[in-house]
Amino acid sequence: MSSTTDPAAAASGQRTAAETQAIVERSLRRRYRAEKRFQAYGIAAVLAGVLFVVFLFGSIFSQGASVFRQSYLRLQVFYDPAVIDPAGTRLADDLATADYQALVRESLRKRFPDVEGRAALRKLYAVASGAAAVELQQRVAADPTLIGRSERVWVLADDAVDMLLKGETRRDSAEEERRLTDEQVAWIDALAADGSLALRFNRAFFGNGDSRDPEQAGVRGALFGSFLTLLITLLLSFPIGVAAAVYLEEFAPRNRLTDVIEVNINNLAAVPSIVFGLLGLAVFIAYFGLPRSAPLVGGLVLTLLTLPTIIIASRAALKAVPPSIREAAFGMGASRLQTVAHHVLPLAMPGMLTGAIIGMARALGESAPLLMIGMVAFIVDVPKGVLDPSTALPVQVFLWSDLPERGFVERTSGAIIVLLLFLLVMNATAVVLRNRFEKRW
Amino acid sequence: MTPSLLLVVVVAMSVVAFWVGKGRSIAIVGGTRGIRQLHSLPGHYGLLTALWCGLPALLVIGLWLAFQDGLLLRLVSSHLPPEIRALPAAEFGLFVNDVRNVIAGNLPPAQVSPATAAAAAEYLELRRVARLALTGLVLAMGVVAALVVRGRIHPELRARNSVEIILEGLLFLCSLIAVLTTVGIILSVVFEASRFFGVVPVGEFLFGTRWSPQMAIRADQVGSSGAFGAVPLFAGTLLISAVAMVVAVPVGLFSAIYLAEYAPQRVRRLVKPLLEVLAGVPTVVYGFFAVVTVGPALRAWGEALGLDVAGESALAAGLVMGIMIIPFVSSLADDMITAVPQSLRDGAYALGATRSETIKQVVLRAALPGIVGGVLLAISRAIGETMIVVMAAGLAANLTANPLEAVTTVTVQIVTLLVGDQEFDSPKTLAAFALGLVLFVATLVLNVVALYVVRRYREQYD
Repeated sequence: MSSTTDPAAAASGQRTAAETQAIVERSLRRRYRAEKRFQAYGIAAVLAGVLFVVFLFGSIFSQGASVFRQSYLRLQVFYDPAVIDPAGTRLADDLATADYQALVRESLRKRFPDVEGRAALRKLYAVASGAAAVELQQRVAADPTLIGRSERVWVLADDAVDMLLKGETRRDSAEEERRLTDEQVAWIDALAADGSLALRFNRAFFGNGDSRDPEQAGVRGALFGSFLTLLITLLLSFPIGVAAAVYLEEFAPRNRLTDVIEVNINNLAAVPSIVFGLLGLAVFIAYFGLPRSAPLVGGLVLTLLTLPTIIIASRAALKAVPPSIREAAFGMGASRLQTVAHHVLPLAMPGMLTGAIIGMARALGESAPLLMIGMVAFIVDVPKGVLDPSTALPVQVFLWSDLPERGFVERTSGAIIVLLLFLLVMNATAVVLRNRFEKRW
Repeated sequence: MTPSLLLVVVVAMSVVAFWVGKGRSIAIVGGTRGIRQLHSLPGHYGLLTALWCGLPALLVIGLWLAFQDGLLLRLVSSHLPPEIRALPAAEFGLFVNDVRNVIAGNLPPAQVSPATAAAAAEYLELRRVARLALTGLVLAMGVVAALVVRGRIHPELRARNSVEIILEGLLFLCSLIAVLTTVGIILSVVFEASRFFGVVPVGEFLFGTRWSPQMAIRADQVGSSGAFGAVPLFAGTLLISAVAMVVAVPVGLFSAIYLAEYAPQRVRRLVKPLLEVLAGVPTVVYGFFAVVTVGPALRAWGEALGLDVAGESALAAGLVMGIMIIPFVSSLADDMITAVPQSLRDGAYALGATRSETIKQVVLRAALPGIVGGVLLAISRAIGETMIVVMAAGLAANLTANPLEAVTTVTVQIVTLLVGDQEFDSPKTLAAFALGLVLFVATLVLNVVALYVVRRYREQYD
């Protein structure tokens, strides 16, 4: 900027000092406005990001928090020997195949003696879940002496009842728009009034496998599937990842081959996860003939998927160990392998573990490759081994999110909450590990 | 013995070999006092024995596990009655499937045809014999190797050096797995895709505008010849990715700028991890969020404004995908911005520039290659993202540029083509591999270009 008292400028008639002053001030105002605007964009962007976080978690938690409590129905059940075991054999097979549904129906009939007619009774029976009979059967199997006695039992109520109790189904809506008739609502109110119908801790959600009935569907099968899959992943990817990192960082000569390996690892880290699923399908299932839907195959695919993450994290941890440690070990006459095994690895271990946990957290949330290898089937049983068909927690979320019943929206959100809790614990462990054991040299 | 039991036995055998080798080395120099005469520590002799005992055995078991099934099936099918071997490929596949199910115990032999039951029985018998042979071979190999090494132990044997060479070789093999994975991906995808291109010409696949892979369960079924023109899928993928970028790039970039240049330390420490939480949320959660919350909300707003928004609009999927990518863009941009040296900013301030002018004209220009690279990586992430679009985008292949309509993407089609029990060899499933090939190549090219941009145009300040 030229000086405002420059006589040459004044003489040439370009601008007077006052004019220049005005121009500068105008431009300054403009520039400060631009500054303010720019800063406002920044704040708006940050707020938008934070808002998205709040909105995402708020929507999940508001929809899923109710899943931890479920409507249970208290029934006075008479374990009628004539129904359960008419022949009096007390054999486990006979007890298992008896018509427990009849006991549930009988109990409901006694509770509402004035309900008559087939249609009305069927509506009354619909208040209890199909799981009620299973519950009674399990109780009898555990304790056959119950037969012939009477007992008060809490059994699952139907999901339509549950939705009404949780306020998801509006009472004031027209009768045709809800799944319950006015008659049923009246019974439900009567049951709730004397405490026979209440929201209690949802055992079924944590104790059951998948089911077509929302009130019976649980995450146990998916949790076990995820656990087995991650176990395989951890057992394979951590040792292999650490070994690869150690080789590349401590042993590898600089040549074409190691360059290729390095470029490869970086590229693999950016390959879409679904492509790994294609690999798993073509190689592990079609070529090697491993069973579909098995946690073993899921674990193998996720191993390949997480390896680059673990290798990159482990290399960073090895790089952070100062060369003086290695030189001291060499100076004492240790071989290269002894140096690494006795001195470098223990110091790098916290960093490697952190990387492994983060890799595992990523693997836990991964679902696309698991879809490819068939871990999306409807599986009721909890898997017992790595070759049993099973599903995984994020895949369970995907499966439930497709179902139309209102009860499944709640289940899906609940499964997401469980998934997020696991991720939170894993990431928190990684952070704690890093903060406690990370050394600054 | 089952292979898993055999594995345990081999490991146990190696442990025994370790103690044998170690004890032998000590004994040969006359007890622990003579250890100084040994070239290596006694443990090294033990390790050498154990490695020789266990590694070849493990290798044999691994090869067996990898190839037994294919080998046995081939043997069994070569003994099948001619009328079954003459079956067309699809029906033969079903037959093999039944045999497998009987072998796995999912189907009782009484429920299947006698030929199937016989084949399954033959398979099981062959497997039993082969397992016996494997057990014998592995145990014999282990014992012989351990004994040979034990016999060769003497004070001058350079056991440590041998052990280290073996272990280094193992480490090298582990680092090769990454390369093998890439090779595996390329081979499997290219192989299946080439079979697909044998049925559908490459040109039709890449430039055709009609996509309707019909359900072709039998070859002679009506309408079994679908159309495999993938242009609508590419367009849909690009449309959703573009929407995602429109959300993610401004929000990510501006929040990175604000957090790196303006925000007080306190705010930065609080907000940065909060945004990074978004990166840790599984994509299936975003998908659910898109379906249950964002989709209906957009539809309602659209109705209020008199617009017709599809239930599975590209806008909803793209918007949510953009949210997912925000932390990716912002943390990369943040790194690039903080890497610009302070002296550049000081120089700009000294010339009288305001903060925003400094950022726009100095900092961002210096950080530009990194930011462009980051955005390219983000695009590659958006193209390959699966769960959000599977849940929130449509299935019908519409060729449109209107984000309010439903479109489908490459990843959605891969999933819909492959999920469920299908024939592995139909053009329909093979099409998924062709799409996978396109996806792999596209993301690879984006990554390579991104790395190139970063390397080529990066300013070196130190």
